[in-house]
Amino acid sequence: MTLTLGHYLSLGAMLFALAVIGIFLNRKNLIVLLMAIELMLLAVNMNFVAFSHYLGDMRGQVFVFFILTVAAAESAIGLAILVLLFRNKNSINVDELNSLKG
Amino acid sequence: MDIQTGFFYLFSAVLLFAAFRVVTARNPVHAVLYLMLAFSQASGLWFLLQAEFLAITLVLVYLGAVMVLFLFVVMMLDINMDLLREGFWKHFPLAATLGALIALEMAAVLMGGFRLTEAPKAVLAVGQVAAPVSNAKALGILLYTDYIMPIQIGAVILLVAMIAAIALTLRERKDSKAINPSLQVRVRAADRLSIIKVGVTQAGVAPEPPAEDAVTTEKKS
Repeated sequence: MTLTLGHYLSLGAMLFALAVIGIFLNRKNLIVLLMAIELMLLAVNMNFVAFSHYLGDMRGQVFVFFILTVAAAESAIGLAILVLLFRNKNSINVDELNSLKG
Repeated sequence: MDIQTGFFYLFSAVLLFAAFRVVTARNPVHAVLYLMLAFSQASGLWFLLQAEFLAITLVLVYLGAVMVLFLFVVMMLDINMDLLREGFWKHFPLAATLGALIALEMAAVLMGGFRLTEAPKAVLAVGQVAAPVSNAKALGILLYTDYIMPIQIGAVILLVAMIAAIALTLRERKDSKAINPSLQVRVRAADRLSIIKVGVTQAGVAPEPPAEDAVTTEKKS
């Protein structure tokens, strides 16, 4: 049984499902939420790279490049907000984000 | 089953296990370490897909920079996990069922629908040279010709993210003795020395009442 495109796409789907249940289970914990978002982006990137390889088009990999850029920016700002929340509230509970004014 | 398939199943199994541990780990430091494992396995899978440049970028940029940033932040914060994991196991069966359902359905559809096994040989884009070039070179040619504008926008996004992260977390120290050079340069003589007109007689009068009191109290005693 040789590898097909479907194998990689299924792997991406499973990874995405894991990230979704991670968000569902840890919806109070901001840091695990950020990590689950990273996993989702990884699943999407996996699909892009697989399509790029099996369709012989480099443009998929270019798109992965941009997703990596945006994901790095997103995690930097997310962690900055996390540090800010912890400094003000002494906890990283998402429920307390609504009281973070200004 | 050739060696590529074997490696695919090895990397996938470790990747899925690591992803599962990321969302269920009790200790956030362990979660970050499992996330690093997951990214390294994904990098191995991308090597199998002959995307060498992106695989190495994933290791260098993600494991080397972003995950270390995560690790710093997690270790800096003192988190009470018991409060945050309230209701975790209560929701776990529902979440696991939903996740398994999503994964199985999508896997069934995708395995049936996408049966491509071979990469097509040499589908040349317009302007691409006929000689086979390495993955990094092909990506570079594409990035710096067709996608030059998105690259610039990506650079601006990274700059904005950097400035925003610094601006969000910067705070002034209360006991700081730092001086503002621009204020120092703009100072004038009038700000440093001010001459106050003081009446001659006032200075003499002011200290008298306590002295008088002292004298009178002495006399009384």
